[in-house]
Amino acid sequence: MRMKVIGLVGVILLLAACSSTPPAPPPAPPAGPAGPPAGSVIPGSQQDLAQNAGDRVFFEFDRSDITSEAQQILQRQATWLQHYPNVSVTIEGHCDERGTREYNLALGERRAAAVKNVLVAAGIPASRVSTISYGKERPIVVGSNEEAWAQNRVAITTVN
Amino acid sequence: MNQRRLAFFGALTALLAGLLWTGAPARAELRIDITSGQVQPMPIAIPAFAGAGGAEAQAGSNIAGVISADLERSGLFRPIDPRSFIQNVSATDNTAPRFGDWRQLNAQALVTGSVQTQGDGRLGVQFRLWDVFAEQQLTGFGYTTTPQNWRRIAHIIADEIYKRITGEDGYFDTRIVYVAESGPAQDRIKRLAIMDQDGANNKYLTDGRALVLTPRFSPTAQEITYLSYAAKTPRVYLLNIDTGQQEVIGDFPGMTFAPRFSPDGNRVVLSRAENGATNIYAFDLRTHRATRLTDSQAIDTSPCYSPDGSQIVFNSDRGGSQQLYMMSAEGGGARRISFGSGRYGTPVWSPRGDLIAFTKIGGGSFYIGVMHPDGSGERLLTQGFLVEGPTWAPNGRVLMYFSQGPSDSRGYGGSPHLQTIDLTGYNRRDVPTPGAASDPAWSPLLR
Repeated sequence: MRMKVIGLVGVILLLAACSSTPPAPPPAPPAGPAGPPAGSVIPGSQQDLAQNAGDRVFFEFDRSDITSEAQQILQRQATWLQHYPNVSVTIEGHCDERGTREYNLALGERRAAAVKNVLVAAGIPASRVSTISYGKERPIVVGSNEEAWAQNRVAITTVN
Repeated sequence: MNQRRLAFFGALTALLAGLLWTGAPARAELRIDITSGQVQPMPIAIPAFAGAGGAEAQAGSNIAGVISADLERSGLFRPIDPRSFIQNVSATDNTAPRFGDWRQLNAQALVTGSVQTQGDGRLGVQFRLWDVFAEQQLTGFGYTTTPQNWRRIAHIIADEIYKRITGEDGYFDTRIVYVAESGPAQDRIKRLAIMDQDGANNKYLTDGRALVLTPRFSPTAQEITYLSYAAKTPRVYLLNIDTGQQEVIGDFPGMTFAPRFSPDGNRVVLSRAENGATNIYAFDLRTHRATRLTDSQAIDTSPCYSPDGSQIVFNSDRGGSQQLYMMSAEGGGARRISFGSGRYGTPVWSPRGDLIAFTKIGGGSFYIGVMHPDGSGERLLTQGFLVEGPTWAPNGRVLMYFSQGPSDSRGYGGSPHLQTIDLTGYNRRDVPTPGAASDPAWSPLLR
């Protein structure tokens, strides 16, 4: 089980290396004697989704197109969601800071909707997938540079 | 709503102060032309208003200070340092000031005033505006109000002076509603706040538990429409400033945002996003009926009515990039009005109807600019790493917006603050707020 998790993480990082905008590394598995072993990630949890499917996809500036890398991550999300039929998720759409507030609220919604459409097309019932836009109000990464902006043009699938 | 406005008129009564004093022949009008680029500020003397008792003298000094600060910030007046004043003056004197003393200081205009406590405990405030070289009284009024209301009296007097000298209405007796920001960028606390136009009397309207954005005044300045995440889904709300009562506007599925009142206050125009498309709706506050005004797969947002209510300007990416469009207030065919390089957003119609202010993004910078409603005559007034969201002073001569610098990876530097700039592109000023601030909206004149 542990090896399998690491293997999947490796695939995500390899895919990321081909992308023009590297996604954030998945959260490090809990370590140290106090934390649970990495192999005991709670099935169906956010951490499980992040480690075994990838919980976020990235976008180009002012775009909501699903890139081929994003398509692969979303297919894995769909597979993961089929594995946990009782889990519902909210897609959070985000934008970088280089747009106006109101326009970015709309753009974030459009990104979240694009992700939802892929999951629904892959067979996940629409009732299990809701969307919310944060525009540029909740940046994932702080900073006014290309790296930070790339991380913030994102749709994050969050387990409800 | 109207009842409250009437109640305020009861609390504040104005009268023309005495006879106009006419001691010298008329000469060329003491006047500032505010339409002509950078003006030489007019030297004006504003000594402390006279008061018999300690409290009255203090109020008189405070009132003169607020009038001075208002006029100075306008960039059109240069209040003369009171320490250089030669004579003590009082508007209660029935004699004219000794104009020669004020000419020695090169004061072109002089404001005199007095404060008395009346039998009912209310404050009586009189003022006169003098043309020092013509030796003429230009205007004069008296007001009565409660002692704690002294700042509004000062702003109203500053508006009278501005109007007499420029020929246009002032904008000092106004308030600003804005988003007060605190905390780290990734989880910033945003609260609605309201303050006087000069930053005094700051008060928070929401507690910060829910993310709030884009507050805008109703035409009576008694209500605010804004976006809140209070119910998890972002929705447009209505807030009564006096009662604190909040309600969701409409029963729209999905997300609603970008609200603004119609000029008559009967409708709120807003955007609704659904499945990647954002369209514009008008919601009638009387009938609770929503009318869809655009029908596209694009992002149509940031709608704003013309002052006569007949048209709506908004931004849309229907042509590929974010640009400004104009349509009838009933919806239907829209035509693009912005054709410069870059992207355009947040169009806001001037209360005078002659210009539309906007945010422009291009070449790694943000700009605040204006153009005519037909798209001609674009002028950029100010530029920054991020300057966004212009709002007009009620006289259409000054714009307020928010400005934010780049932030580093630790989050430093990325806090927004409020600024004003004149329509001429001169006189950029920071607006004082207790903390970081964004999304300002300027109220109409409160009277």
